[in-house]
Amino acid sequence: MRPPESSAQTAALYQEMILDHYRRPRNKGTLESADAVAEMKNPLCGDEIVIEVAFDGDGVADLRFSGKGCSISQASASMMTQLVKGKSAAEIALLRTRFRDLMLGDLSAVDDATLGSLRSLSGVARFPARVKCALLAWNALENAMSRRG
Amino acid sequence: MNRRADFPLLVNNPGLHYLDSAATSQKPRAVLDALRDFYENSYANPHRGAYALSVEATECYHRARLTVARFLGVADPDCLIFTRGTTESLNLVAGSWGRANVAAGDEIVVTALEHHANFVPWQQLALEKGATLRVCELTADGRLDLDCMSGLLGARTKVVAFNHVSNALGTINPVADIVRLVRGKSDAAIVLDGAQSAPHFRVDFDRLGVDFYAFSGHKMLGPMGSGGLIGRRATLEEMPPWQTGGDMIEFVYDDRTTWNVLPHKFEAGTPNAADAVGLAAAVDYLDAIGMDAVLAHERSLMADAEARLQQVEGMRIYGPPVGERSGVISFTLADVHPHDLATILDGEGVCIRAGHHCAQPLMRRLDLSSTARASFYLYNDQSDIDALVAGIMKAKEIFATA
Repeated sequence: MRPPESSAQTAALYQEMILDHYRRPRNKGTLESADAVAEMKNPLCGDEIVIEVAFDGDGVADLRFSGKGCSISQASASMMTQLVKGKSAAEIALLRTRFRDLMLGDLSAVDDATLGSLRSLSGVARFPARVKCALLAWNALENAMSRRG
Repeated sequence: MNRRADFPLLVNNPGLHYLDSAATSQKPRAVLDALRDFYENSYANPHRGAYALSVEATECYHRARLTVARFLGVADPDCLIFTRGTTESLNLVAGSWGRANVAAGDEIVVTALEHHANFVPWQQLALEKGATLRVCELTADGRLDLDCMSGLLGARTKVVAFNHVSNALGTINPVADIVRLVRGKSDAAIVLDGAQSAPHFRVDFDRLGVDFYAFSGHKMLGPMGSGGLIGRRATLEEMPPWQTGGDMIEFVYDDRTTWNVLPHKFEAGTPNAADAVGLAAAVDYLDAIGMDAVLAHERSLMADAEARLQQVEGMRIYGPPVGERSGVISFTLADVHPHDLATILDGEGVCIRAGHHCAQPLMRRLDLSSTARASFYLYNDQSDIDALVAGIMKAKEIFATA
Protein backbone atom coordinates (compact mmCIF):
# COMPACT_ATOMS: atom_id res chain seq x y z
CA MET A 1 0.00 0.00 0.00
CA ARG A 2 1.17 3.52 -0.74
CA PRO A 3 1.47 4.99 2.73
CA PRO A 4 -0.93 7.82 3.43
CA GLU A 5 0.56 11.26 3.91
CA SER A 6 1.95 11.68 7.39
CA SER A 7 0.21 13.43 10.19
CA ALA A 8 2.61 16.39 9.83
CA GLN A 9 1.97 16.74 6.11
CA THR A 10 -1.76 16.65 6.72
CA ALA A 11 -1.46 19.41 9.29
CA ALA A 12 0.71 21.40 6.86
CA LEU A 13 -1.98 21.07 4.19
CA TYR A 14 -4.37 23.12 6.24
CA GLN A 15 -2.48 26.42 6.20
CA GLU A 16 -3.94 29.24 8.21
CA MET A 17 -4.61 31.14 4.99
CA ILE A 18 -6.73 28.28 3.64
CA LEU A 19 -8.80 28.06 6.79
CA ASP A 20 -9.18 31.84 6.79
CA HIS A 21 -10.63 31.80 3.27
CA TYR A 22 -12.82 28.82 4.22
CA ARG A 23 -14.28 30.60 7.23
CA ARG A 24 -14.38 34.08 5.65
CA PRO A 25 -14.78 33.51 1.93
CA ARG A 26 -14.18 36.52 -0.33
CA ASN A 27 -16.56 37.31 -3.17
CA LYS A 28 -19.10 34.77 -1.97
CA GLY A 29 -22.64 35.46 -3.10
CA THR A 30 -24.30 36.46 -6.34
CA LEU A 31 -24.03 39.34 -8.80
CA GLU A 32 -26.91 41.73 -9.49
CA SER A 33 -26.51 41.12 -13.19
CA ALA A 34 -24.21 38.36 -14.33
CA ASP A 35 -23.22 37.87 -17.97
CA ALA A 36 -22.47 34.19 -17.46
CA VAL A 37 -23.24 31.59 -14.81
CA ALA A 38 -21.62 28.19 -14.57
CA GLU A 39 -22.30 25.40 -12.12
CA MET A 40 -19.85 22.62 -11.40
CA LYS A 41 -20.42 19.56 -9.25
CA ASN A 42 -18.10 16.98 -7.89
CA PRO A 43 -20.27 13.87 -8.10
CA LEU A 44 -17.84 12.00 -5.89
CA CYS A 45 -18.59 14.12 -2.84
CA GLY A 46 -21.72 16.02 -3.82
CA ASP A 47 -19.98 19.37 -3.49
CA GLU A 48 -21.09 22.05 -5.88
CA ILE A 49 -20.03 25.51 -6.87
CA VAL A 50 -21.67 28.24 -8.92
CA ILE A 51 -19.61 31.02 -10.49
CA GLU A 52 -21.24 34.19 -11.73
CA VAL A 53 -19.20 36.48 -13.96
CA ALA A 54 -19.67 40.02 -15.27
CA PHE A 55 -17.47 40.63 -18.29
CA ASP A 56 -15.73 43.81 -19.30
CA GLY A 57 -14.89 43.35 -22.95
CA ASP A 58 -12.54 40.41 -23.01
CA GLY A 59 -11.88 40.34 -19.28
CA VAL A 60 -13.60 39.70 -15.98
CA ALA A 61 -14.98 42.86 -14.40
CA ASP A 62 -16.46 41.13 -11.38
CA LEU A 63 -17.39 37.67 -10.15
CA ARG A 64 -18.97 35.83 -7.25
CA PHE A 65 -19.14 32.22 -6.18
CA SER A 66 -21.66 30.26 -4.14
CA GLY A 67 -22.20 26.67 -3.15
CA LYS A 68 -21.05 24.18 -0.56
CA GLY A 69 -17.81 22.34 -0.23
CA CYS A 70 -14.76 21.39 1.76
CA SER A 71 -12.16 23.88 2.94
CA ILE A 72 -9.96 23.18 -0.09
CA SER A 73 -12.69 23.84 -2.66
CA GLN A 74 -14.04 26.88 -0.84
CA ALA A 75 -10.61 28.44 -0.21
CA SER A 76 -9.54 27.80 -3.78
CA ALA A 77 -12.71 29.49 -5.06
CA SER A 78 -12.31 32.43 -2.72
CA MET A 79 -8.65 33.01 -3.63
CA MET A 80 -9.35 32.53 -7.32
CA THR A 81 -12.04 35.19 -7.37
CA GLN A 82 -9.67 37.68 -5.75
CA LEU A 83 -6.93 36.90 -8.23
CA VAL A 84 -8.86 36.95 -11.51
CA LYS A 85 -11.00 40.02 -10.90
CA GLY A 86 -10.02 42.69 -13.42
CA LYS A 87 -7.84 40.34 -15.47
CA SER A 88 -8.10 39.62 -19.19
CA ALA A 89 -9.19 36.24 -20.57
CA ALA A 90 -5.62 35.52 -21.67
CA GLU A 91 -4.22 36.33 -18.23
CA ILE A 92 -6.84 34.13 -16.59
CA ALA A 93 -6.11 31.23 -18.94
CA LEU A 94 -2.43 31.49 -18.02
CA LEU A 95 -3.23 31.55 -14.30
CA ARG A 96 -5.42 28.51 -14.68
CA THR A 97 -2.58 26.63 -16.36
CA ARG A 98 -0.17 27.66 -13.62
CA PHE A 99 -2.62 26.63 -10.91
CA ARG A 100 -3.02 23.24 -12.55
CA ASP A 101 0.78 22.95 -12.62
CA LEU A 102 0.75 23.69 -8.91
CA MET A 103 -1.79 20.93 -8.32
CA LEU A 104 0.37 18.50 -10.29
CA GLY A 105 3.27 19.20 -7.96
CA ASP A 106 5.25 21.46 -10.32
CA LEU A 107 7.78 23.12 -8.01
CA SER A 108 8.25 26.15 -10.27
CA ALA A 109 4.58 27.00 -9.75
CA VAL A 110 5.14 27.11 -5.99
CA ASP A 111 7.54 30.02 -6.55
CA ASP A 112 5.31 31.74 -9.11
CA ALA A 113 4.29 35.00 -7.46
CA THR A 114 1.51 35.56 -10.02
CA LEU A 115 -0.49 32.85 -8.23
CA GLY A 116 -0.58 34.98 -5.10
CA SER A 117 -2.35 33.41 -2.12
CA LEU A 118 -3.23 30.34 -4.19
CA ARG A 119 0.29 29.12 -3.52
CA SER A 120 -0.86 28.25 -0.03
CA LEU A 121 -2.73 25.37 -1.70
CA SER A 122 0.51 23.79 -2.96
CA GLY A 123 0.21 21.04 -0.32
CA VAL A 124 -2.90 19.70 -2.08
CA ALA A 125 -0.63 18.17 -4.76
CA ARG A 126 0.37 15.53 -2.19
CA PHE A 127 -3.28 14.47 -1.85
CA PRO A 128 -4.46 13.21 -5.26
CA ALA A 129 -7.97 12.61 -3.90
CA ARG A 130 -8.24 16.33 -3.12
CA VAL A 131 -6.89 17.91 -6.32
CA LYS A 132 -10.39 17.81 -7.81
CA CYS A 133 -11.64 19.88 -4.88
CA ALA A 134 -9.08 22.60 -5.58
CA LEU A 135 -9.86 22.63 -9.32
CA LEU A 136 -13.65 22.75 -8.97
CA ALA A 137 -13.91 26.56 -9.01
CA TRP A 138 -11.40 26.88 -11.83
CA ASN A 139 -13.34 24.43 -13.98
CA ALA A 140 -16.54 26.35 -13.28
CA LEU A 141 -14.83 29.62 -14.22
CA GLU A 142 -13.56 28.08 -17.45
CA ASN A 143 -17.14 27.10 -18.35
CA ALA A 144 -18.40 30.59 -17.52
CA MET A 145 -15.61 32.16 -19.60
CA SER A 146 -16.52 30.00 -22.57
CA ARG A 147 -20.01 31.49 -22.47
CA ARG A 148 -18.77 34.96 -23.21
CA GLY A 149 -20.90 36.55 -25.92
CA MET B 1 -12.72 -11.19 19.56
CA ASN B 2 -9.54 -10.17 17.79
CA ARG B 3 -9.60 -11.35 14.22
CA ARG B 4 -7.07 -8.91 12.83
CA ALA B 5 -4.45 -11.66 12.51
CA ASP B 6 -6.68 -13.50 9.99
CA PHE B 7 -6.55 -10.57 7.54
CA PRO B 8 -3.26 -10.28 5.63
CA LEU B 9 -3.82 -6.65 4.59
CA LEU B 10 -4.33 -5.63 8.21
CA VAL B 11 -1.32 -7.67 9.30
CA ASN B 12 0.81 -6.05 6.57
CA ASN B 13 -0.30 -2.57 7.66
CA PRO B 14 -0.15 -2.58 11.44
CA GLY B 15 -0.89 1.14 11.81
CA LEU B 16 -3.97 0.98 9.64
CA HIS B 17 -7.42 1.48 11.14
CA TYR B 18 -9.89 0.32 8.52
CA LEU B 19 -13.33 1.80 9.25
CA ASP B 20 -14.88 1.60 5.79
CA SER B 21 -16.35 -1.89 5.75
CA ALA B 22 -19.75 -0.59 4.63
CA ALA B 23 -17.97 0.24 1.35
CA THR B 24 -16.09 -3.03 1.16
CA SER B 25 -14.63 -5.52 3.61
CA GLN B 26 -11.08 -6.79 3.92
CA LYS B 27 -10.43 -10.44 3.08
CA PRO B 28 -9.39 -13.20 5.49
CA ARG B 29 -6.56 -15.51 4.49
CA ALA B 30 -9.10 -18.34 4.18
CA VAL B 31 -10.75 -16.58 1.23
CA LEU B 32 -7.47 -15.80 -0.52
CA ASP B 33 -6.35 -19.41 -0.01
CA ALA B 34 -9.62 -20.75 -1.43
CA LEU B 35 -9.23 -18.60 -4.55
CA ARG B 36 -5.66 -19.74 -5.08
CA ASP B 37 -6.58 -23.35 -4.45
CA PHE B 38 -9.38 -23.20 -7.01
CA TYR B 39 -7.14 -21.64 -9.65
CA GLU B 40 -4.25 -24.00 -8.89
CA ASN B 41 -6.14 -27.27 -8.52
CA SER B 42 -9.69 -27.14 -9.86
CA TYR B 43 -9.79 -24.51 -12.58
CA ALA B 44 -11.61 -25.07 -15.88
CA ASN B 45 -14.81 -23.80 -17.45
CA PRO B 46 -17.74 -25.23 -15.47
CA HIS B 47 -20.71 -26.92 -17.18
CA ARG B 48 -18.72 -27.50 -20.37
CA GLY B 49 -16.17 -30.20 -20.64
CA ALA B 50 -16.57 -33.91 -20.51
CA TYR B 51 -13.17 -34.09 -18.84
CA ALA B 52 -12.62 -34.55 -15.13
CA LEU B 53 -11.18 -31.09 -14.49
CA SER B 54 -14.29 -29.33 -15.81
CA VAL B 55 -16.44 -31.65 -13.75
CA GLU B 56 -14.34 -30.72 -10.71
CA ALA B 57 -14.79 -26.98 -11.43
CA THR B 58 -18.53 -27.53 -11.87
CA GLU B 59 -18.70 -29.30 -8.53
CA CYS B 60 -16.77 -26.54 -6.78
CA TYR B 61 -19.19 -23.98 -8.20
CA HIS B 62 -22.18 -26.07 -7.18
CA ARG B 63 -20.86 -26.60 -3.64
CA ALA B 64 -20.29 -22.84 -3.34
CA ARG B 65 -23.95 -22.28 -4.19
CA LEU B 66 -25.09 -24.80 -1.58
CA THR B 67 -22.89 -23.17 1.07
CA VAL B 68 -24.03 -19.61 0.39
CA ALA B 69 -27.69 -20.67 0.08
CA ARG B 70 -27.55 -22.41 3.43
CA PHE B 71 -25.88 -19.39 5.02
CA LEU B 72 -28.65 -17.06 3.81
CA GLY B 73 -31.46 -19.41 4.78
CA VAL B 74 -32.78 -20.44 1.38
CA ALA B 75 -33.75 -24.10 1.32
CA ASP B 76 -33.88 -24.33 -2.48
CA PRO B 77 -30.32 -23.52 -3.66
CA ASP B 78 -31.44 -23.14 -7.29
CA CYS B 79 -33.15 -19.95 -6.16
CA LEU B 80 -29.76 -18.35 -5.51
CA ILE B 81 -28.48 -16.66 -8.67
CA PHE B 82 -24.85 -15.62 -8.55
CA THR B 83 -24.28 -12.07 -9.79
CA ARG B 84 -21.54 -9.44 -9.61
CA GLY B 85 -23.19 -8.03 -6.49
CA THR B 86 -26.17 -6.13 -5.19
CA THR B 87 -26.23 -3.58 -8.00
CA GLU B 88 -26.37 -6.25 -10.67
CA SER B 89 -28.95 -8.23 -8.70
CA LEU B 90 -31.28 -5.24 -8.41
CA ASN B 91 -30.83 -4.41 -12.08
CA LEU B 92 -31.70 -8.04 -12.84
CA VAL B 93 -34.97 -7.77 -10.93
CA ALA B 94 -35.87 -4.41 -12.46
CA GLY B 95 -34.81 -5.50 -15.94
CA SER B 96 -36.51 -8.89 -15.93
CA TRP B 97 -39.40 -8.96 -13.45
CA GLY B 98 -39.91 -5.22 -13.68
CA ARG B 99 -40.03 -4.96 -17.46
CA ALA B 100 -42.41 -7.92 -17.65
CA ASN B 101 -44.77 -6.80 -14.90
CA VAL B 102 -44.77 -3.02 -14.61
CA ALA B 103 -46.92 -1.08 -17.05
CA ALA B 104 -48.09 2.50 -17.62
CA GLY B 105 -50.12 3.78 -14.68
CA ASP B 106 -48.54 1.34 -12.22
CA GLU B 107 -46.66 2.53 -9.17
CA ILE B 108 -43.27 1.63 -7.73
CA VAL B 109 -42.48 2.46 -4.12
CA VAL B 110 -38.91 3.06 -2.99
CA THR B 111 -37.68 4.91 0.08
CA ALA B 112 -35.66 8.03 0.82
CA LEU B 113 -33.15 5.78 2.57
CA GLU B 114 -32.05 3.91 -0.54
CA HIS B 115 -28.63 3.52 -2.04
CA HIS B 116 -28.68 4.65 -5.68
CA ALA B 117 -28.51 0.97 -6.68
CA ASN B 118 -32.02 0.42 -5.28
CA PHE B 119 -33.36 3.75 -6.48
CA VAL B 120 -32.13 4.48 -9.99
CA PRO B 121 -33.10 1.11 -11.60
CA TRP B 122 -36.69 1.65 -10.37
CA GLN B 123 -36.74 5.30 -11.39
CA GLN B 124 -35.54 4.37 -14.87
CA LEU B 125 -38.04 1.51 -15.13
CA ALA B 126 -40.84 3.91 -14.16
CA LEU B 127 -39.69 6.40 -16.80
CA GLU B 128 -39.49 3.68 -19.43
CA LYS B 129 -42.94 2.28 -18.68
CA GLY B 130 -44.82 5.44 -17.82
CA ALA B 131 -45.20 4.20 -14.25
CA THR B 132 -44.96 6.44 -11.18
CA LEU B 133 -42.12 6.28 -8.69
CA ARG B 134 -43.20 7.03 -5.14
CA VAL B 135 -40.73 7.73 -2.36
CA CYS B 136 -41.44 6.77 1.26
CA GLU B 137 -40.23 9.59 3.50
CA LEU B 138 -38.36 9.35 6.79
CA THR B 139 -39.08 10.26 10.36
CA ALA B 140 -36.95 12.96 11.97
CA ASP B 141 -34.53 10.41 13.41
CA GLY B 142 -33.89 8.60 10.14
CA ARG B 143 -36.36 5.72 10.29
CA LEU B 144 -38.73 4.83 7.48
CA ASP B 145 -42.07 6.54 8.07
CA LEU B 146 -44.43 3.57 7.95
CA ASP B 147 -47.50 5.81 7.93
CA CYS B 148 -46.13 7.43 4.81
CA MET B 149 -45.40 3.98 3.35
CA SER B 150 -48.94 2.87 4.13
CA GLY B 151 -50.35 5.89 2.32
CA LEU B 152 -48.35 5.08 -0.81
CA LEU B 153 -49.52 1.49 -1.12
CA GLY B 154 -52.49 0.42 -3.13
CA ALA B 155 -53.81 -1.75 -5.93
CA ARG B 156 -51.50 -0.03 -8.42
CA THR B 157 -48.35 -0.72 -6.44
CA LYS B 158 -46.30 -3.28 -8.36
CA VAL B 159 -42.97 -3.09 -6.58
CA VAL B 160 -41.86 -2.08 -3.09
CA ALA B 161 -38.08 -1.83 -2.88
CA PHE B 162 -36.17 -0.96 0.29
CA ASN B 163 -33.00 -1.81 2.12
CA HIS B 164 -32.59 -4.10 5.10
CA VAL B 165 -29.97 -1.75 6.55
CA SER B 166 -29.19 1.76 5.32
CA ASN B 167 -25.60 2.10 4.12
CA ALA B 168 -25.63 5.83 4.86
CA LEU B 169 -27.10 5.86 8.39
CA GLY B 170 -27.04 2.22 9.48
CA THR B 171 -30.79 2.21 10.18
CA ILE B 172 -32.12 -1.34 10.49
CA ASN B 173 -35.49 -1.42 8.79
CA PRO B 174 -38.38 -3.45 10.26
CA VAL B 175 -38.74 -5.93 7.40
CA ALA B 176 -41.53 -7.99 8.99
CA ASP B 177 -43.67 -4.90 9.67
CA ILE B 178 -43.18 -3.57 6.16
CA VAL B 179 -43.92 -6.96 4.58
CA ARG B 180 -47.17 -7.17 6.57
CA LEU B 181 -48.10 -3.65 5.50
CA VAL B 182 -47.35 -4.29 1.83
CA ARG B 183 -49.12 -7.65 1.69
CA GLY B 184 -52.19 -6.15 3.36
CA LYS B 185 -52.57 -3.37 0.82
CA SER B 186 -51.15 -4.60 -2.48
CA ASP B 187 -49.91 -7.48 -4.59
CA ALA B 188 -46.54 -5.83 -5.03
CA ALA B 189 -43.28 -7.71 -5.34
CA ILE B 190 -41.07 -6.90 -2.36
CA VAL B 191 -37.42 -6.33 -3.18
CA LEU B 192 -34.98 -6.20 -0.28
CA ASP B 193 -31.48 -4.72 -0.68
CA GLY B 194 -29.40 -6.83 1.68
CA ALA B 195 -25.98 -5.37 0.91
CA GLN B 196 -25.57 -4.15 4.49
CA SER B 197 -27.40 -6.95 6.30
CA ALA B 198 -25.89 -10.19 4.99
CA PRO B 199 -22.40 -9.26 6.29
CA HIS B 200 -23.53 -8.38 9.80
CA PHE B 201 -26.31 -10.59 11.08
CA ARG B 202 -28.14 -13.82 10.37
CA VAL B 203 -30.41 -13.60 7.37
CA ASP B 204 -33.04 -16.25 6.79
CA PHE B 205 -34.51 -15.64 3.34
CA ASP B 206 -37.26 -18.23 3.65
CA ARG B 207 -38.59 -16.46 6.74
CA LEU B 208 -38.18 -12.86 5.60
CA GLY B 209 -41.36 -12.93 3.54
CA VAL B 210 -39.85 -10.86 0.72
CA ASP B 211 -39.83 -11.83 -2.94
CA PHE B 212 -36.24 -10.90 -3.74
CA TYR B 213 -33.10 -10.44 -1.66
CA ALA B 214 -29.93 -8.94 -3.17
CA PHE B 215 -26.47 -9.03 -1.58
CA SER B 216 -22.80 -8.35 -2.27
CA GLY B 217 -20.03 -10.84 -1.58
CA HIS B 218 -17.29 -8.24 -1.28
CA LYS B 219 -18.95 -6.60 1.72
CA MET B 220 -19.07 -9.95 3.59
CA LEU B 221 -15.38 -10.90 3.31
CA GLY B 222 -15.79 -12.44 -0.15
CA PRO B 223 -14.08 -11.46 -3.41
CA MET B 224 -14.98 -8.36 -5.39
CA GLY B 225 -17.35 -9.26 -8.20
CA SER B 226 -19.23 -11.88 -6.18
CA GLY B 227 -22.74 -11.64 -4.84
CA GLY B 228 -26.20 -12.81 -5.60
CA LEU B 229 -29.91 -12.56 -5.94
CA ILE B 230 -32.33 -14.84 -4.12
CA GLY B 231 -35.90 -15.19 -5.29
CA ARG B 232 -38.80 -17.57 -4.98
CA ARG B 233 -38.83 -20.47 -7.41
CA ALA B 234 -42.25 -19.77 -8.91
CA THR B 235 -41.38 -16.11 -9.48
CA LEU B 236 -37.96 -16.82 -10.94
CA GLU B 237 -39.39 -19.46 -13.26
CA GLU B 238 -41.98 -17.05 -14.61
CA MET B 239 -39.45 -14.30 -15.22
CA PRO B 240 -37.93 -13.84 -18.66
CA PRO B 241 -34.15 -14.13 -18.93
CA TRP B 242 -32.18 -10.97 -18.31
CA GLN B 243 -29.02 -11.55 -20.28
CA THR B 244 -28.75 -14.16 -23.00
CA GLY B 245 -25.86 -16.24 -24.26
CA GLY B 246 -24.11 -19.45 -23.33
CA ASP B 247 -25.09 -21.63 -20.39
CA MET B 248 -28.52 -20.05 -19.97
CA ILE B 249 -30.03 -21.78 -23.00
CA GLU B 250 -31.57 -25.19 -23.49
CA PHE B 251 -32.07 -25.41 -27.27
CA VAL B 252 -31.26 -22.72 -29.81
CA TYR B 253 -33.05 -22.80 -33.15
CA ASP B 254 -32.71 -20.29 -35.98
CA ASP B 255 -35.88 -18.52 -34.93
CA ARG B 256 -36.23 -19.16 -31.20
CA THR B 257 -34.53 -20.38 -28.06
CA THR B 258 -35.65 -22.27 -24.99
CA TRP B 259 -34.16 -21.54 -21.61
CA ASN B 260 -32.13 -23.55 -19.18
CA VAL B 261 -33.49 -24.31 -15.71
CA LEU B 262 -32.77 -22.28 -12.59
CA PRO B 263 -30.33 -20.97 -11.61
CA HIS B 264 -28.61 -21.13 -15.02
CA LYS B 265 -31.37 -19.21 -16.80
CA PHE B 266 -30.05 -16.07 -15.11
CA GLU B 267 -26.35 -16.83 -15.38
CA ALA B 268 -25.45 -16.20 -19.02
CA GLY B 269 -21.88 -16.87 -20.10
CA THR B 270 -18.99 -18.39 -18.22
CA PRO B 271 -19.88 -18.01 -14.55
CA ASN B 272 -17.56 -16.36 -12.05
CA ALA B 273 -17.04 -19.69 -10.33
CA ALA B 274 -13.75 -18.72 -8.69
CA ASP B 275 -15.25 -15.81 -6.81
CA ALA B 276 -18.27 -17.91 -5.84
CA VAL B 277 -15.80 -20.39 -4.33
CA GLY B 278 -14.12 -17.48 -2.54
CA LEU B 279 -17.49 -16.25 -1.28
CA ALA B 280 -18.30 -19.72 0.04
CA ALA B 281 -14.99 -19.65 1.93
CA ALA B 282 -15.98 -16.28 3.40
CA VAL B 283 -19.31 -17.70 4.49
CA ASP B 284 -17.59 -20.72 6.07
CA TYR B 285 -15.26 -18.34 7.91
CA LEU B 286 -18.21 -16.30 9.22
CA ASP B 287 -20.10 -19.47 10.14
CA ALA B 288 -17.16 -20.79 12.13
CA ILE B 289 -17.16 -17.62 14.23
CA GLY B 290 -20.94 -17.47 14.31
CA MET B 291 -23.02 -14.54 13.12
CA ASP B 292 -24.33 -13.98 16.63
CA ALA B 293 -20.76 -13.46 17.84
CA VAL B 294 -20.06 -11.12 14.87
CA LEU B 295 -23.14 -9.09 15.72
CA ALA B 296 -22.37 -8.96 19.44
CA HIS B 297 -18.81 -7.79 18.74
CA GLU B 298 -19.98 -5.04 16.40
CA ARG B 299 -22.73 -3.89 18.74
CA SER B 300 -20.32 -3.54 21.60
CA LEU B 301 -17.81 -1.63 19.44
CA MET B 302 -20.51 0.61 18.01
CA ALA B 303 -21.94 1.46 21.42
CA ASP B 304 -18.49 2.28 22.70
CA ALA B 305 -17.51 4.37 19.68
CA GLU B 306 -20.78 6.27 19.73
CA ALA B 307 -20.50 7.07 23.44
CA ARG B 308 -17.01 8.47 22.91
CA LEU B 309 -17.91 10.44 19.80
CA GLN B 310 -20.89 11.99 21.53
CA GLN B 311 -18.53 13.57 24.04
CA VAL B 312 -16.76 15.49 21.28
CA GLU B 313 -18.00 19.06 21.08
CA GLY B 314 -19.58 19.90 17.74
CA MET B 315 -20.27 16.25 16.94
CA ARG B 316 -23.58 15.39 15.32
CA ILE B 317 -24.51 11.76 14.72
CA TYR B 318 -27.30 10.92 12.26
CA GLY B 319 -29.94 8.23 12.31
CA PRO B 320 -31.77 6.40 15.07
CA PRO B 321 -30.13 5.45 18.41
CA VAL B 322 -27.09 3.22 18.13
CA GLY B 323 -28.97 0.11 19.27
CA GLU B 324 -31.24 0.39 16.23
CA ARG B 325 -28.42 0.69 13.75
CA SER B 326 -25.99 -1.77 12.25
CA GLY B 327 -22.33 -1.26 11.48
CA VAL B 328 -22.42 2.46 10.69
CA ILE B 329 -21.84 5.76 12.48
CA SER B 330 -22.62 8.67 10.16
CA PHE B 331 -21.60 12.05 11.54
CA THR B 332 -20.50 15.63 11.00
CA LEU B 333 -18.12 17.66 13.12
CA ALA B 334 -18.94 21.37 13.55
CA ASP B 335 -17.85 23.18 10.39
CA VAL B 336 -15.11 20.68 9.50
CA HIS B 337 -16.16 19.38 6.11
CA PRO B 338 -16.30 15.55 5.98
CA HIS B 339 -13.70 15.48 3.19
CA ASP B 340 -11.28 17.51 5.26
CA LEU B 341 -11.96 15.21 8.19
CA ALA B 342 -11.28 12.12 6.04
CA THR B 343 -7.99 13.59 4.81
CA ILE B 344 -6.85 14.42 8.34
CA LEU B 345 -7.90 10.98 9.61
CA ASP B 346 -6.01 9.38 6.72
CA GLY B 347 -2.90 11.08 8.07
CA GLU B 348 -3.51 9.17 11.31
CA GLY B 349 -3.98 5.87 9.46
CA VAL B 350 -7.76 5.91 9.86
CA CYS B 351 -9.84 5.05 6.76
CA ILE B 352 -13.36 6.46 6.77
CA ARG B 353 -15.75 7.38 4.01
CA ALA B 354 -16.76 10.98 3.38
CA GLY B 355 -19.44 11.94 0.92
CA HIS B 356 -23.04 11.27 0.02
CA HIS B 357 -22.66 7.46 0.32
CA CYS B 358 -24.48 6.94 -3.01
CA ALA B 359 -27.64 8.17 -1.29
CA GLN B 360 -28.24 11.62 -2.74
CA PRO B 361 -32.04 11.55 -2.23
CA LEU B 362 -31.38 10.95 1.49
CA MET B 363 -28.70 13.63 1.77
CA ARG B 364 -30.97 16.18 0.09
CA ARG B 365 -33.64 15.45 2.70
CA LEU B 366 -31.12 15.82 5.50
CA ASP B 367 -30.01 19.09 3.86
CA LEU B 368 -26.44 17.84 3.76
CA SER B 369 -23.99 17.48 0.91
CA SER B 370 -22.03 14.86 2.79
CA THR B 371 -21.32 13.14 6.09
CA ALA B 372 -18.34 11.30 7.48
CA ARG B 373 -19.02 7.61 7.97
CA ALA B 374 -17.13 5.17 10.16
CA SER B 375 -18.22 1.59 9.66
CA PHE B 376 -17.27 -1.47 11.66
CA TYR B 377 -16.74 -5.17 11.13
CA LEU B 378 -15.49 -8.18 13.00
CA TYR B 379 -11.79 -7.31 12.56
CA ASN B 380 -12.13 -3.90 14.25
CA ASP B 381 -11.20 -3.44 17.87
CA GLN B 382 -10.75 -0.85 20.57
CA SER B 383 -7.56 0.50 18.98
CA ASP B 384 -9.56 1.54 15.91
CA ILE B 385 -11.94 3.56 18.07
CA ASP B 386 -9.00 5.14 19.91
CA ALA B 387 -7.41 6.15 16.60
CA LEU B 388 -10.72 7.49 15.27
CA VAL B 389 -11.28 9.66 18.33
CA ALA B 390 -7.65 10.86 18.36
CA GLY B 391 -7.91 11.78 14.65
CA ILE B 392 -11.12 13.70 15.24
CA MET B 393 -9.47 15.64 18.07
CA LYS B 394 -6.58 16.42 15.73
CA ALA B 395 -9.01 17.75 13.11
CA LYS B 396 -10.59 19.95 15.75
CA GLU B 397 -7.16 21.25 16.70
CA ILE B 398 -6.23 22.07 13.09
CA PHE B 399 -9.53 23.78 12.41
CA ALA B 400 -9.44 25.68 15.70
CA THR B 401 -6.57 27.85 14.48
CA ALA B 402 -8.64 29.90 12.07
